[in-house]
Formats: sequence, C-alpha cells, structure tokens
Amino acid sequence: MLKKDAMDILNKSKKWGWVLEPDAQKIFSLYGFKTPKYDVAVNNEEALAIARKIGYPVVAKIVSPAVVHKSDVKGVVVGIRDDETLLATLARLQKIGGFVGMLIAEMVKGLELIIGAKNDHQFGPMILVGMGGVGVEIYKDVSLRMAPIKPRDADNMLGELTAKKLLTGYRGSEPINLAALKKTLVNFSKLMMDLEGLVESVDLNPVMCNAKSCLVVDARIMLK
Amino acid sequence: MNLKPLFEPKTLAVIGLSSTNERHPANVIFDKNNHRYPLKVFGVNPKGGKLHDEPLYERVGDIPTKIDLAVIAARAEFVPDIIAQCIKAGVKSAAVISGGFTEGGRSDLQDRMVAMAREARFPFIGPNCLGLFVPFRVDTFFLPIERMIKPAPGSVAFISQSGGILVDQMIKFTQQGVGMSKAVSIGNKALIREIDLLKYLLTDPATKVIAFYVEGFAEGEGREFVLTADCSPKPVILMKSGKSEAGRRAVSSHTASLAGDYASFSAAVAQHNIVEAANEQELVSFCEVLSSYTTPIDGKIGIITGSGGHGAMAVDACFAAGLSVPEFSDDLKGLLQGGLTQSIRSIASVGNPVDLTGSAVDDDFVSCARTLAASDAVDCIIVLLLPYLPGMTLDIGVRLSQVQRQFKKPVIAYVPHVEKYNMMIDGFELNGTPVSPSIEGAVLMAKGLMRRKPC
Repeated sequence: MLKKDAMDILNKSKKWGWVLEPDAQKIFSLYGFKTPKYDVAVNNEEALAIARKIGYPVVAKIVSPAVVHKSDVKGVVVGIRDDETLLATLARLQKIGGFVGMLIAEMVKGLELIIGAKNDHQFGPMILVGMGGVGVEIYKDVSLRMAPIKPRDADNMLGELTAKKLLTGYRGSEPINLAALKKTLVNFSKLMMDLEGLVESVDLNPVMCNAKSCLVVDARIMLK
Repeated sequence: MNLKPLFEPKTLAVIGLSSTNERHPANVIFDKNNHRYPLKVFGVNPKGGKLHDEPLYERVGDIPTKIDLAVIAARAEFVPDIIAQCIKAGVKSAAVISGGFTEGGRSDLQDRMVAMAREARFPFIGPNCLGLFVPFRVDTFFLPIERMIKPAPGSVAFISQSGGILVDQMIKFTQQGVGMSKAVSIGNKALIREIDLLKYLLTDPATKVIAFYVEGFAEGEGREFVLTADCSPKPVILMKSGKSEAGRRAVSSHTASLAGDYASFSAAVAQHNIVEAANEQELVSFCEVLSSYTTPIDGKIGIITGSGGHGAMAVDACFAAGLSVPEFSDDLKGLLQGGLTQSIRSIASVGNPVDLTGSAVDDDFVSCARTLAASDAVDCIIVLLLPYLPGMTLDIGVRLSQVQRQFKKPVIAYVPHVEKYNMMIDGFELNGTPVSPSIEGAVLMAKGLMRRKPC
C-alpha cells in the first residue's frame, strides 16, 4: 500500500507526466531513503535563509516542469560557497522556462552510483544499479534484475559491475558502506513493486555512497 | 485444461483432408500417422467419400469413437466452426495447423476460437503451426515422412514459436545425438502458450530438460514464466530472437534506456535460473549437457588433450566463456605423471591442459581423468580426443564414462563428428557422456553446467 502523502504527490504530478525533483525526494524520504538536506527557494530571502540553515557549500538546481534533464540547460550549479554566487545563480535560473523554484541542497561526497527502475512490458518492474553520473549511458556499467530482489540478488548485482573494485576501496580510496547500499537496493525494489501501476521509470542519479551511508542526491520519477 | 490427450492420444482425427490433392497438409498428416503410430486415425471431409479405401467422415461428430486429438488443417474461415463441432463431439484436444488468423489480419477468427475453447476448457495448439511430434506416439507435422529428420527418443522437450526453427533444431539435435521427448510448434499461441507447456512438462516423466525458442512474451507473461521456471528441478533453456532494439521509441530516463527490452529479458531469465542460449550452437550444447548432468559446477575446468594446439584453443574458449582453467599443484602434477605409461612419461606435459601428445594410449587418458576426477582442483573435465591417433581405441568412450559415473564429476568429450568415428562417439553418448563435434562446443557444454544454478 502506498502512503497517502506519496499518493498525493503522484496525483498532483500527473499533469506533467513526471515528478518534480523536490517532490520525488519527498517520496523517497517518506519511505526511509536518506537524502541530503534540501529546500526550495523562489526568491532571494528564501535562498539566503536556506543556505544559512544548510551551511555552505551548497548545490543549486532548477525546479521546472519543463526541464527533465537539468544539466542540459545548465540548471545545476555545484560548490556554491557564498551569498553572492547563490543569488547570481538564482537570478539566472529564474530565466529558464517554467521556473517554479530553485532547490538548494547540501553538498555530499562519495562514489556516484545510479539506482533505477523501469516497468517492463513482459517482466514488470526491473531494477538497475551501476556507476552513475552524467556518463552513465556511455559506460553502461550496470546490472539489472527483476523486482522484488532478495539480498542475495543485490550481492550478485554489485558483483557484476566492472567497477566493483571501486566499491570496496581502490588505490587508497575508502570502501563504501556496502550494507547500506544493498539495503537501499532491496527497499527500492519493494517500493517499485508498490508503484508498478503508476510509474514508468525512475532514475536515482546520482546516489552518493561513502563509508557512512548512501544518499539519494537526485531523483526523477517518470509517470505512466 | 488437461494437455495429456494432446501428447498421448490414442485416437486421432485429421480434419480437412482432400480427396484430390495427395500433398495437402492434412493428407500428409493422415498418411504418416495411419498405421505407423499406435493410434487409430480417422479422416474428416465435409463431402465424405473415401481415401485409400478408408471412409471419410463428414463431421468429426460422426466418428464412432471418442477422439483424443483433432488435427485441423482446413481453411481459416471454417476453423471456428470446426472447433465448435469438436467441443460438441467431446473431442479432447486439437492442433490447428491452418494459417490465416491474426498473422493474416483475421484476429476475429482467432478470438472466436479462443473464447469457445476457454469456456469449454478445450486445449488447442496453434493456429499457424506444425503441432507436435512425440516419438513413437504421434506426429502432426505436415512434412512428408521421407523428408523428416526425427531425433532419437530422449529426454529433451523443445517448444518453439517458429515451426521452421523447430524442424531445423531437430536436425541439429539428431546430428549431435541429442534425444527428444517432445517437439511442439505453438505458432500464434492463441490459447496454449509457453507457460502452459512449461507447467505440463515439469510434470512429464519423459522430459528432463525443457527448451524454448521464444520471440516474445505478452504483457506480464514473462514474469509468470520466469517465476514458474525458478527453482525447477528440471533445467529450463531459452533461446530468444528479436534482441535488437531497432525502432525503439526515445526514452527520457537513463534506466529506461539502459534496461531495454532484451536487456531486461536476459536479466530476468538469468535471475531465475533459466539458461539462456545465445544461438543454436549453445542451445544444442546446453540441451545435451544438461540432459546428461544435473549438478551445477563453479567452472573449474581440467583439460586433457592429445594435441597441444587443441588444448590451447580450449583454454582460450574457456576464458571467453567465463570458465577458469586452474593451475595444478605439484602434488597433483606428480599424481598425473605417475599414472602415465612409460612411453610418454618424458614427453607428456602434466600442467592444465594435460597434453598427452600423439603417442598417448587409452590408458593415459583414463588414468589422468581418474586423477582429476578424484581431485578438488577441478569440477569438470574436458577431454579432447583425436580418434586418428594410433594409440586410441573404440573403448575410450565406455572407459571415460565409467570414470564420470564412479566419481560423479562431469566429463565432456570432443570428438570430430564424421561417420568413421561414430562407434567411438556412441561409446560416450550411449554411456551418458556428452560429446561435442567442436572444441568450442565442448566448452559451451561446461558453460551450460555453470550457468544452471538451481535453488
């Protein structure tokens, strides 16, 4: 059963065919997924207040029903360290079509992964994990399973990645929290079963994994 | 629905016989079953009359015996009525050979048949198919008897959406000595689909391996199929076509783009212990090896060869297939060396591959196979045999099969397949050891054993 708050967000988003990032983040928070601290600003006062609360450096992202791929319109700015840059960014993003706000979020470090789901015609919800970031469709280092998955499937999925060595610590880098990643994958696959009738596909890209935890840094939900 | 009358009929009605055209599919089917299989065969033609002095019945209901299986080869527009007659007459099942339904723009005819059959719980195969072949029981293929290649009776069932692929695969099974329990062409699969046959064959005592050629599943059907096959005690093998993603609509998420139809298919199938065969060679190899051995392996391969070149080719093929060829310990090398006949002791190499050279005799192969079978270093043995070497005899197949049985460790042989060597090949195959006609095929067999991971 889907939670009522999640259902309300999905219903509200139907007119756009997809769920705006802050709303998508909200859904994942409702289901216990970890996200960075974030909030949405429309004007200068709000932006400054949010940045103060989170603390610099922050990342700013366009929120617009017309912009599915934010990077394509230069709608993502990372490493903002002062009020001046923050306000200049807001002024620029406000000019992008369909602007409804600017999402300001805490900067998190870690290994960039993608966790995704797709509703397959023949097999229903499929779950994907792999190396994330903007190059995801270039490297195609991903592993797929039919949902729901068991912890053993999560193990096998990560074992299939070419970059699996990066997960367990490579050349002095810290190993990521694999238990947290596997738990995130299993829970994600369960949620996707609940969303089967409503959702076409989901990208959590990136999911930032470090020695402590895995955080959903960006979420895109495409509706049926 | 009870599918047993389809596969084990005692009475057969062939509907749509021609009294003038001997080559009509219905006539071919009538002739090849009549007096050749343990079946009572009856012909049906609305005009009545006679065929080869045997009476033709005007309607299936006129036949004085209850019919287990009706083969329907009449024109498409008559088929729904014929199905209705079959149901009314208490016929237990049908194979609809005729084409001209959904594939020819007449979905309405097909829908009528399915609606009637569902309501009456009347199983039918097709339409637009060859039907089924069960060794020594029934054969509804409209291929003249003198042209058909019929594999020996065995334990592999093969279900195919395409009749052409099925018949071709039967030739390949025959060439490689793979015996079949059932061959079914399901055509438009209007009513009986892969999932129904999978469920039936899981309970069929004659079938040990269930193989499919699939073009695609209907909505949600793939999920049901893989969940049914998961944890099956019988290996399920699947070959898919339509893998290319031409004409795919643009997608707006990375996941939808990366998890295309075939990528999803392949992942879902492998996740549920179904062995996907990439091509016909893999299909035949996997069917043969999985009908011989049921215990999965981790893929640590020991190779025994009479030629260095064959050994090197096999090592490359193993690595390409994801199998390992572990190095042997000094102790194991000592044991291998100690078992060799005096004449090759100084020239043979006992690493992995074990190269016994062209001077080896049967005893050398058997001794090395026994040593590797007793060792934990490998979990599968590939023996590359060159029947033209002077020290080889026809007994090698029986003797290596004894090793495989005694130690319960799979042995896979490569022997070139030409008529001259058939007796050597039979020595392996009739004693339960699979033989491939190529080095690569032998390695694919080991790959098949590794892929199969039952729960």
